[in-house]
Amino acid sequence: MERYSAWRLFREALNGHRGWTPAWRSPSPKRRYDAVIIGGGGHGLATAYYLAKNHGMTNVAVVERGWLGGGNTGRNTTIVRSNYYHRESARLYDFSVRLYESLSRELNYNVMFSQRGVITLAHSRHDLEVVARWAGAAQLHGVDAEMVSVDEIKRRIPLLDTSPSARFPVWGGLMQRRGGTARHDAVAWGYARAASRLGVDIIQNCEVTGFSRNERGRVVGVETSLGPIAAGVVGLAVAGHSTVLADLAGFRLPVTSYALQAFVSEPLKPVMDTVMLSLATGAYISQSDKGGLVIGGGLDLYPSYAQRGNLPTAQRVIGALADQMPALGRVRLLRQWAGIVDVVPDSSPILGETPVEGLFINCGWGTGGFKAIPAGGTLLAHHLATGEPHPLAEPFGLRRFATGALIDEAAASGIAH
Amino acid sequence: MLLIPCPWCGPRDEIEFRCGGQSHIQRPEPFDAVSDEAWADYLFTRINPKGVSYERWLHVFGCRQWFNVARDTRTHEIHAVYRMGEPKPDLRGVE
Repeated sequence: MERYSAWRLFREALNGHRGWTPAWRSPSPKRRYDAVIIGGGGHGLATAYYLAKNHGMTNVAVVERGWLGGGNTGRNTTIVRSNYYHRESARLYDFSVRLYESLSRELNYNVMFSQRGVITLAHSRHDLEVVARWAGAAQLHGVDAEMVSVDEIKRRIPLLDTSPSARFPVWGGLMQRRGGTARHDAVAWGYARAASRLGVDIIQNCEVTGFSRNERGRVVGVETSLGPIAAGVVGLAVAGHSTVLADLAGFRLPVTSYALQAFVSEPLKPVMDTVMLSLATGAYISQSDKGGLVIGGGLDLYPSYAQRGNLPTAQRVIGALADQMPALGRVRLLRQWAGIVDVVPDSSPILGETPVEGLFINCGWGTGGFKAIPAGGTLLAHHLATGEPHPLAEPFGLRRFATGALIDEAAASGIAH
Repeated sequence: MLLIPCPWCGPRDEIEFRCGGQSHIQRPEPFDAVSDEAWADYLFTRINPKGVSYERWLHVFGCRQWFNVARDTRTHEIHAVYRMGEPKPDLRGVE
């Protein structure tokens, strides 16, 4: 498989771009792998890559029901940040941001990670107190987070109505300068290409329909639409479909699936060079390199597996944004869609062992899984390869719900939902 | 947009309602004999079906009554609406 470089691009340009080869192999499944990863999104592909790279396990398959990155990896609003409130979360997400910082070079694939900063707006004295407490916590955990003044916010986001008569007046905010955005498809494709190069088999259009168990109940393989595949260990990274697969394996999870909508506008000239999140409205917005405004907001607040979303939530998100950035009132939307997110009561991921031997899980990232892809992959790979949880993953085990050691980011870090 | 037939007010727009999650959850008893695992299940574990979901809804901007809805989570189609305390309707052939 060829290396990508400026020189290679130049040579192909002279050659009419006829020399490019597929970025990853698409083999038929073998009868047996040392590890099978269910789910060909960012987390699943990253897990396969780190199994091969960090642990030397190359007899690995990723099985995906649809196409690579066709679920939440290709449906999110691409925001990456690590300014979480609790120590366990801040360490976890900051580990992910640090991996993102070197990811393009490591994968030899431009994931367009742009550390343009993430600004969280406070709209009242109470918001400001929450944000100050939050910035203090992040700093204690070694994460860059700083309070920013209204003047600084006005300078960074000229679109924003910061006048005293604004519908959502701005009192200040929290900024993480190392936060930003990345190209979501590229993250999936980059990991797929790098994993495939190390020998991982990536099998698309292959739906898992069941698990094969030995006489002790241990999972020893998966039944798929392409036939049975034996596996030493199985990893599950399927986000909103986690409980569907858990039902097949015979255990339950504290996960509810909701639709989370996103929107992209027609392309505009550059109007915004940072990411904005609003505590009052839950809306978040950034501008992609193509010029489209990428917009997200709160969940459709009833369980759903329909990747569409409904109009009332769309109106709430778009309406709030039009109030906050009146200049955008006439901008048209190009597309709207939804991803099915796996929401957990404490809004923290579930990582590690399941009640079924031989089956390990990575789920519960809820509305913020994209930012955690490199970390999620590293940690699940570590558990699959060594049989022990990675120290960063240990607090996030499924057992925390019975022991009561919840990591409640839902209230703590201003997640809108 | 969902049109939800409230048992008291008739069909109304979804923005008048709030979903209260899975219905028919029984609190485990007696409380001093319930294990941590069973209590965690009661508090946190949900069926989360891909298909018909039996859930509680509140007509929060209307009559403010709770009631049950049998709704398909794939299509959002509402198969049945029934009052609190009533058993699940028989939806064989739909599920």
